[in-house]
Amino acid sequence: MMGNLLEHMGVERDRLHFSWISSAEATKFVDVVKEISDKVRALDTDKKFAKDYTK
Amino acid sequence: MDTCIEKIRTICADLLAKGKVQKVIGFAEGSIPMASRPIAVTSKEDVAKLVFNATCGLNLANYVSDVLPKEGKIAVTAKGCDSRNLVTHMVENQVSRDQLYIIGVPCTGMVDKRKIAALFEDEITDFIEDGDTLTIVSPQKKEKVSKKDVLRHNCRVCTHRNPVVFDVMAAEPVEEQSLDQPFADVDHIAAMDPAARWAHFQELTKNCIRCYACRNACPLCYCPTCFVDESSPQWVGKGQDKTDINTFHFLRAFHCAGRCTDCGACVEACPMGINVRDFTRKLNKDALELFGWEAGLDMEKRPPLDVYSPDDPNDFIK
Repeated sequence: MMGNLLEHMGVERDRLHFSWISSAEATKFVDVVKEISDKVRALDTDKKFAKDYTK
Repeated sequence: MDTCIEKIRTICADLLAKGKVQKVIGFAEGSIPMASRPIAVTSKEDVAKLVFNATCGLNLANYVSDVLPKEGKIAVTAKGCDSRNLVTHMVENQVSRDQLYIIGVPCTGMVDKRKIAALFEDEITDFIEDGDTLTIVSPQKKEKVSKKDVLRHNCRVCTHRNPVVFDVMAAEPVEEQSLDQPFADVDHIAAMDPAARWAHFQELTKNCIRCYACRNACPLCYCPTCFVDESSPQWVGKGQDKTDINTFHFLRAFHCAGRCTDCGACVEACPMGINVRDFTRKLNKDALELFGWEAGLDMEKRPPLDVYSPDDPNDFIK
């Protein structure tokens, strides 16, 4: 529901990921992080929730 | 609704006189027309102060915990939505059923005060309600409008006008509405492209002054310290930076996920006329579609985000 609300507000769905990884699943952790990084990199740079401290 | 106020007053006077309850929470006239305010009445002499009309748009469930005595009961006059929030309060262990005497008031909707004010260029000096006809007076003119033309949006899409829980009813139940498209407003936003959706919410909240009236009017917001007031850690900035405004509205709404009854108190309270329901409505739609859930209808069921069920949708977990 959180992802849906973010998407509804216009934030790309791929910026939010949920995963269930056991402490013994190191390889799954690496795979998931890689996948997330790739998906977020594929999106444009986004400053929607980034505060502009230069003002 | 004029007839039911007599019944409400009689019931309240009787409850207070017999000592069955220590206080009654209801609505009283405000200092200006259409500004009904919550009141806690403790003596039967003050019962005459109680009113009930189409301007009682706040949610009285919000005030229950504030005035709850250590021992004994309080009575609450409850519209459909107030009663659903009382159920939510009970489900969330904020109050127990035996501390409450619920005076159910069937509701045909509350008026959108901004819509009425927009009909006038000058200040409204009187508001008279007679069934579906509202007579609104200002120094310049007198306007008669039909109540259903100036209903608040949440009342127009309300499907629970009658209280879901009560000890006594102040009037006969009213007919419930059935809607072809209950979430047309959400669908309208969802149909936009992502950039337009973001722009819509930016435009929506641009006038937010961070007064937290929406939070304070909301019966769901009872945390002793709200996340916006925390300073260690400070989750969100205090000012009107748009990132902080976005964070506040997004999180305030999400805290209501699966709990919101769409009572409209947040919008009613907003001094800037922001329809903050645009956020919570999406959550209500999802709660209904994903979990078949409408908040505050059943005292026996736990809210969907509060409980695990094997058939919960979980395709978002990778």
